Amino acid sequence: MIDMPLLPLIILLTSLGAAPVLLALPERSARLRTGLNLAVAAVKVALVIWLAWKAAHGVVYDLRLSVLPGLDLHLQADPLALMFVALSAVLWLVTTIYSVGYLERGPHRARFFGFFSLCVAATVGIAMAGNLFTFLVFYELLTLATYPLVIHRGTAAALRAGRIYLIYTLAGGLALLLGTLALWGLAGTTDFVPGGVMAEVAAERPGAAQALFVLLIAALGVKAALVPVHGWLPIAMVAPAPVSALLHAVAVVKAGAFGIVRVVYEVFGIDLAQGLGVTGPLIAVAAVTIIYGSLRAMAQDDIKARLAYSTVSQVSYITLGVALASPVAAIGALAHLIHQGVMKITMFMAAGNLAEGLGVKKVSQMDGVGRAMPGTMAAFTLAALAMIGLPPFAGFISKWYLAQGGIAAGQDWVIALLLGSSLLNAAYFLPLLHRAWFRDATPEAANAPARRKISLWLAAPPMITAGFVLVIGVLANAPFSPLEWTRFIVTREFNGGL
Amino acid sequence: MPEFAPDPMTLAILLPLFGAIAAFLAPRAAPLIGLGAVGAMAAAIAAVGHAVAQAGTVTVPLGGWGAPLGIELRADGLALAMLGLTALIALAVGLGALSAFAGEAPADGQPMPRQRAFFWPLCLLLLTGMNGVYLSADLFNLYVMLEVISLAAVGLAVLGGTVAALRAGLAYMYASLLGALMVLLGVGFVYLQTGRLDFAGLAGAQGSPALSAAFALMLVGLALKAALFPLHFWLPEAHANATAPASALLSALVVKAGLYILLRLAEAGPFPGEAILTLLGVLGTGAVLWGGVQALRAERLKLLVAWSTVAQIGLIFVALARAGTEGLSDSWRAAALLILAHAVAKAGMFLAAGRIKDVIGHDRISELDRSAVRPALAQLAFALAAISLIGLPPSLGFIGKWSLMEGAMGAGNWHWIAVTMAGTLLSVAYFSRALTGFLRFDRVRAPLDEHRGWALADAPPVVLAGLAVGLGLAAGPILAVLDLGRPFGVTP
Amino acid sequence: MTEATIYGLAGLAVFGLGLMGVLGAADRLRRLVALNLCAGGAAMVLVASSWRPPPAAPDPVPHALVITGIVVMVSATAVALALIRRLYSLETDTDA
Repeated sequence: MIDMPLLPLIILLTSLGAAPVLLALPERSARLRTGLNLAVAAVKVALVIWLAWKAAHGVVYDLRLSVLPGLDLHLQADPLALMFVALSAVLWLVTTIYSVGYLERGPHRARFFGFFSLCVAATVGIAMAGNLFTFLVFYELLTLATYPLVIHRGTAAALRAGRIYLIYTLAGGLALLLGTLALWGLAGTTDFVPGGVMAEVAAERPGAAQALFVLLIAALGVKAALVPVHGWLPIAMVAPAPVSALLHAVAVVKAGAFGIVRVVYEVFGIDLAQGLGVTGPLIAVAAVTIIYGSLRAMAQDDIKARLAYSTVSQVSYITLGVALASPVAAIGALAHLIHQGVMKITMFMAAGNLAEGLGVKKVSQMDGVGRAMPGTMAAFTLAALAMIGLPPFAGFISKWYLAQGGIAAGQDWVIALLLGSSLLNAAYFLPLLHRAWFRDATPEAANAPARRKISLWLAAPPMITAGFVLVIGVLANAPFSPLEWTRFIVTREFNGGL
Repeated sequence: MPEFAPDPMTLAILLPLFGAIAAFLAPRAAPLIGLGAVGAMAAAIAAVGHAVAQAGTVTVPLGGWGAPLGIELRADGLALAMLGLTALIALAVGLGALSAFAGEAPADGQPMPRQRAFFWPLCLLLLTGMNGVYLSADLFNLYVMLEVISLAAVGLAVLGGTVAALRAGLAYMYASLLGALMVLLGVGFVYLQTGRLDFAGLAGAQGSPALSAAFALMLVGLALKAALFPLHFWLPEAHANATAPASALLSALVVKAGLYILLRLAEAGPFPGEAILTLLGVLGTGAVLWGGVQALRAERLKLLVAWSTVAQIGLIFVALARAGTEGLSDSWRAAALLILAHAVAKAGMFLAAGRIKDVIGHDRISELDRSAVRPALAQLAFALAAISLIGLPPSLGFIGKWSLMEGAMGAGNWHWIAVTMAGTLLSVAYFSRALTGFLRFDRVRAPLDEHRGWALADAPPVVLAGLAVGLGLAAGPILAVLDLGRPFGVTP
Repeated sequence: MTEATIYGLAGLAVFGLGLMGVLGAADRLRRLVALNLCAGGAAMVLVASSWRPPPAAPDPVPHALVITGIVVMVSATAVALALIRRLYSLETDTDA
């Protein structure tokens, strides 16, 4: 195959370039818009596969544009970047299909797909950012691109949610700006390097290094929804279902978690972070978030709110695994980055289908929905069981590695934490499944006027992603599975640190 | 080269002047003459750029009389960047004016043709003054050019002919004249102390209390012209009540003249000391906060945009102050980047605000979301310009702020970083008032009519705002241009 | 104290009086007159400062400054007066 050194840039530009076109398309050109959306999404998946193939065969991608003296916009395609790019490209394709169905008759479709595309471009940029400066640029772009999506419905409630979302994320963005600036000032570079760039600074000014770590994690923790800066996430679920799906699975929350991975492994280096004594508090925060999110999820009657709090809890598995500083836990963390995305996107799309097809938005209305929408509910059930951690599904794999990592790190209590969390997962998901499958629909619900048959555009995507949940769990040890890929990454991060 | 061959620097000043006269004499052809003159001026500036790129600093003695007695024109990277900026803004605003003034007569009886007839002569006169300021190498010439700018700017400010515009324009004129008189007095004192008026002569001058007093006088006068808090009182009403293309020129270019002269004075004179810089920074902080708060309270979109100018000007002064003891040797770059970023973004934003007002029929912020008609492209331009003014990456405004904060951090001056952050938060708050209005639809009672197709008038704001964001990626080349001829005598 | 110094100080005083008027007066016309007073004061200062003990001729450069200042001030005053008239007629129209 021919060499294409600009491949990462092209992947970025596919969605970045599509955004203005989609924004400018007249509202009525629905066919053209759908065609363009699907074409771009499909091309992107193909390009990402090509990129992964080349990178796996030793091609190094490294693109720089100097912005200020010594400060570059830097795109690269290391294994960690590839993992996140692949996740976002694949899930974007699925979500695009879903969105086309979801917004079939809705207003402002041009605006929606324009910003949707921009949002994915930002995620791709975050994935391939080669330094914290570039990461910051796309991190802010992500905030800006998601805001119009969150308030898409344009109602007072949506606008209020949007304002809260903006306050949280922009405050986080400012903190990240400050942190990047401080990193640049202290270390003289913002590059992501396996093993970190802070060794000298930490030796001379450990206090400053600790403060910087706290600042950066706090900044990223906003998007990663770490307690106590998680408040925006449950509120932002007023967004349309595909937006929630994307926000929770790949875009915003994952960008925060991914940033934490980068900062811990490639800005500080895991050994240094441990040496500075900052991983302990991070573990504590992650543990609190895991339990807190699950407890709050149990109390929610709104399906999307329950899913949102579940995300708060589940995403912190990633932070936990990263902070445990054991390679096995790291594998669990990175695998969960993918697994959680696939599971949660399935559940949000399924929840969207319930609302669209049956008008069901609350857990208490879910009686008998399994019979009304068997395909959707089967997908939901599979994802929920995986999330609880039932073998052999995806969620089990991540939890298994996390637990082993906890033992390896000498933190045996992690097993108790994971068990407790799994029990709570079961406690808030199983009643849903019970209502859906084992109870009869109330007569008024069965004859509700809101009922309508949903199109294949809506029905298919959750089933596809549910298939992914099954496959990546069962075939976890196959070559090129997410688990195998994360093993490869972790070897690199931990060797680089030595 | 023959004696009479005009050099490009002289042409950059004379072409718009001749254009102004021609446009005044032939009002029907004014738009054509105007755009032609701006185009020719841009070509002359390109030629200046070529010379500067080759030689660093270029000087031309006018009429063969050199300094100290004659008038000299001088261009370096900083001047070149400002000239280029002026040409860019003039071109975009001129295109915007074509359609802005093509419409029917406004409500309160002032016939539009007057605006159409006088916009171009005033605009071209303004360009004459702007280019003159950037190319001047002596204080007296600067004073004269400053007055040319003042008169043209007042004319532009009152072009709308409404009572509000006239009142604001008169207040603007008084402030501007007072500032100019202070500058004149300061210039006189400088001459008495040093016997020189050219920058080269000033550079060698010995500091003395009398000289400091002279510089202080000029500083106050220029601060008045640049609308530095608390001398900003004339700006919001004057900029908000002018017609959109005039507002764009006033906020993007005119206030920059005062800032530019301040920079040049700082480069040449035994001024300013750290205490003065800190004072400027403190006043700038006041501007950032007060301008931000007022923008939060503004009821009309254009007034909000005008108050944001007050805040942004303040930030530029903070940028000047930020390096502390190291003086301006480095921080001028941050200030220059912010000046460029603000000019491009604010011109785009005012044009966009004008379009929004034209299409919706009013610019009351609280009722923007009631309109069934949404000028989507103008709103997009407004949003893009806001991104740069807020300072979000990768915009030019972001690069300017980064540069500001980087320097402040290097000097250990965290308080300036705090000010910048506070300004950023305030700007998010006040701009989002408008942006939420654009995106909200639940208060609309009529069927939506969002897409009205493309109009020529949408192009200038979109292009300017797009540039304000995109130029951040070109910060490297921009800095390279600024450093040509090494202003402030520093090697990059 | 030479005559020139006294003259110069008087010029400064005139400038100050004008400044008070510009900042303090409410009436438009009055402020414009005050501005002209400022200009007169500035001119006096500059003219006085160019004095040299005879037989030396006075320094011409401040004179050039003053003449330019006068030209600028005259035209600016004319523009301001035109604005004031226009404003006056508009305001009486709307009041009537």
